[in-house]
Amino acid sequence: MEKEIDLSLLDGVLEEYAPVRGSLITILQHTQEIYGYLPKEAIELISEKTGIAASEIMGVGTFYTQFRFEPVGKYLIMLCQGTACHVNSSELILQTIKDELGIDDGQTTEDGLFSLKCVACLGCCSLSPVMMINEDTYGSLTPDKTKRILKELREAAQ
Amino acid sequence: MRIVIGQGSCGIAAGAEKIRKALTEQSIGCDISITGCIGMCWLEPIVDIYDDDNALTRLVRVSENDAQAVAEYVETGDKSKVEKLIVTDEDSQFLSKQTRIALRNCGIINPELIEEYTEKGGYTALKKALGMTPEEVIEIIKTSGLAGRGGAGFPTWFKWNAARQSAGEEKYLICNADEGDPGAFMDRAVIESDPHNLIEGMLIGAYAIGAKHAVVYVRAEYPLAIKRLKNAIRQATENGVIGEDIFGSGFSCDFTIKAGAGAFVCGEETALIESLEGHRGMPRLKPPFPAQSGFWRKPSNINNVETFANVAWIINNGGEAFAAMGTEGSKGTKVFAVTGKVKRSGLVEIPMGKTLRDVIFDIGGGMKTDKPFKAVQMGGPSGGCIPASLIDTVIDYKALGATGAIMGSGGMVVMDESTCMVGMAKFFLDFTAKESCGKCIHCRIGTKRMLEMLERITKGEGREGDIELLEELCYSIKDGALCGLGQTAPNPVLTTIKYFRNEYEAHIKDKKCPAGECSDLIEYKIAADKCRGCTLCARNCPVGAIGGTVKQPHVIDTTKCIKCGKCYTVCKFGAVVKE
Ligand SMILES: Cc1cc2nc3c(=O)[nH]c(=O)nc-3n(C[C@H](O)[C@H](O)[C@H](O)COP(=O)(O)O)c2cc1C
Ligand code: FES
Repeated sequence: MEKEIDLSLLDGVLEEYAPVRGSLITILQHTQEIYGYLPKEAIELISEKTGIAASEIMGVGTFYTQFRFEPVGKYLIMLCQGTACHVNSSELILQTIKDELGIDDGQTTEDGLFSLKCVACLGCCSLSPVMMINEDTYGSLTPDKTKRILKELREAAQ
Repeated sequence: MRIVIGQGSCGIAAGAEKIRKALTEQSIGCDISITGCIGMCWLEPIVDIYDDDNALTRLVRVSENDAQAVAEYVETGDKSKVEKLIVTDEDSQFLSKQTRIALRNCGIINPELIEEYTEKGGYTALKKALGMTPEEVIEIIKTSGLAGRGGAGFPTWFKWNAARQSAGEEKYLICNADEGDPGAFMDRAVIESDPHNLIEGMLIGAYAIGAKHAVVYVRAEYPLAIKRLKNAIRQATENGVIGEDIFGSGFSCDFTIKAGAGAFVCGEETALIESLEGHRGMPRLKPPFPAQSGFWRKPSNINNVETFANVAWIINNGGEAFAAMGTEGSKGTKVFAVTGKVKRSGLVEIPMGKTLRDVIFDIGGGMKTDKPFKAVQMGGPSGGCIPASLIDTVIDYKALGATGAIMGSGGMVVMDESTCMVGMAKFFLDFTAKESCGKCIHCRIGTKRMLEMLERITKGEGREGDIELLEELCYSIKDGALCGLGQTAPNPVLTTIKYFRNEYEAHIKDKKCPAGECSDLIEYKIAADKCRGCTLCARNCPVGAIGGTVKQPHVIDTTKCIKCGKCYTVCKFGAVVKE
């Protein structure tokens, strides 16, 4: 069953930013922080309050890789595929995560626990290969270390 | 004594926060504070202990389990407690061989306290500048020879002067902290470690061009930088450094932060402005330049973080002191993020005029693997790969440009013989094809076609004439693309063809990958004489392609093998080989 979207959560954001020109990206960022993604209902409300056409909002939303239009899992894995990580075998880590979780880049596990997203550089290149799960960064990854981290998170969620 | 823990993003990722908690729990009777990125990222987490005479003992690769030993050392002064954690003299030279201007406070002061910045002479340059005319400030910057550190190396004074001369009351000063080059983190380190230095440089710039509004555009992947910068702006506002009538000079300037949303092209200045205005980050046609018509079509000046990070120092020390460092055409210092297969990976700031060898071998310590140095990638997706034969190239805009690479913003990714150069070109084209905004055809379609060809070549489906076709495509994209992204996207391909043509030929003609990286062109085998039959590979193989009994040499069934390379990485005896 789809969860009901509580649009009142957006009131404060819209009150603060809707009147400020050029704030669309900021509004979308706050919206995603609240819901974890950009729900259709929220986009319609933003359009109504800012006077920006919903099509334009979608145009902006789809341009930037940060924005999502589907809910993500409890743990969002952002795996770095930047240059330093590439040179230090991040491909192997990607393969390990895919094998462990059975998902591809951009997908979420069926139990809704993990989502995987490949990104370009988290700025911790000296610790490459690197991934970020929600707020935490993990560096110097090996296939074993990656498996261990995923296992710990899975256990913590139970 | 006092304890200072390195808490830049790398430090935290390596576990610095856990150590801080563990040390706090030891209830040591001394002050425990934080600092930003020390730059010795490969040794994180780092704990600095200053004694009462301010002499430093630096502990590296510290873990939570060391908390008790650290506490004992602090209480007794007995160094033997932490002997094994003390940084080696050799590693210390990584810092002592540098000349730090932009990074002068990084890893020394607490980035969350304005007082620590002012104790180091912070905001005196702003005071000094406000006592001069804007023209005098621009003149000092001109004398210094400071050029843009964002990649293009355009003279900073010229841009400031153009924005100053531009008609109009409302002007904007913008800082480009989008740091899009994947593999570079100089700007992140400056913001996380010394945010007030950025603010001071920006305020001086705003005064010089006559802007009342300063804006920082920070990339979304840098949450800690955003947090520390916000905190610094609040403190500076409370201290009257930002706001109305700064230091009673009559000059006023406000400050805003905008977070990017993940688009490489937004590092390009006109795309950045589009993004600031809330649109898709598509570049504008130039002219008009931002100095005439920028943010909200008002005169605007955009500089990179590191460019601003030099400004306060230049005002305080004079343009001549800055210009005394470097070469004829490149003045001052440059910060590099040295990463990849290098032994000491971190931030290096050195005067222009040093060589790549100085950075990679003398300071960086050479390779961390036993394989020889092959190439260094500079300038990211807009740059190129410089081969080992050119290791003595001088760090200078012109000299680096002559190799086909660029100085870039400071990313230096070091590669050894295990990196495939065709694969590297493919890696960057995959990046630019994804990041192309789609506005112009040359970039949108051209990068895609190049990527397809490179994919074909790395799969062993290359054809005679592919190299020439790639080159032709490179030149037409360079000529036809609208913005810097497309114009420079061919550089990684052109430089790898120029210096590693034989590797392309091996892929195309012999269907071989000399570096052993392209999975379609290699086969994994187990050397029977080295295999001890430990079964580790068989247990790690995701498709059950490895057979054999315990203590007997194992065999890979090449018909089942998916070439994931797991056996190769897990084998402790070097028995798995690529052919
Ligand atoms: C595709 C592209 C990406 C860029 N990315 C950045 C960036 O991440 N950071 C940056 O400072 N400049 C970047 N630039 C350069 C800017 O357009 C601009 O030249 C620079 O911010 C000017 O500042 P400077 O004169 O201080 O270097 C990029 C340019 C292009 C074409
Ligand atoms: S390249 Fe992976 S963190 Fe920078």
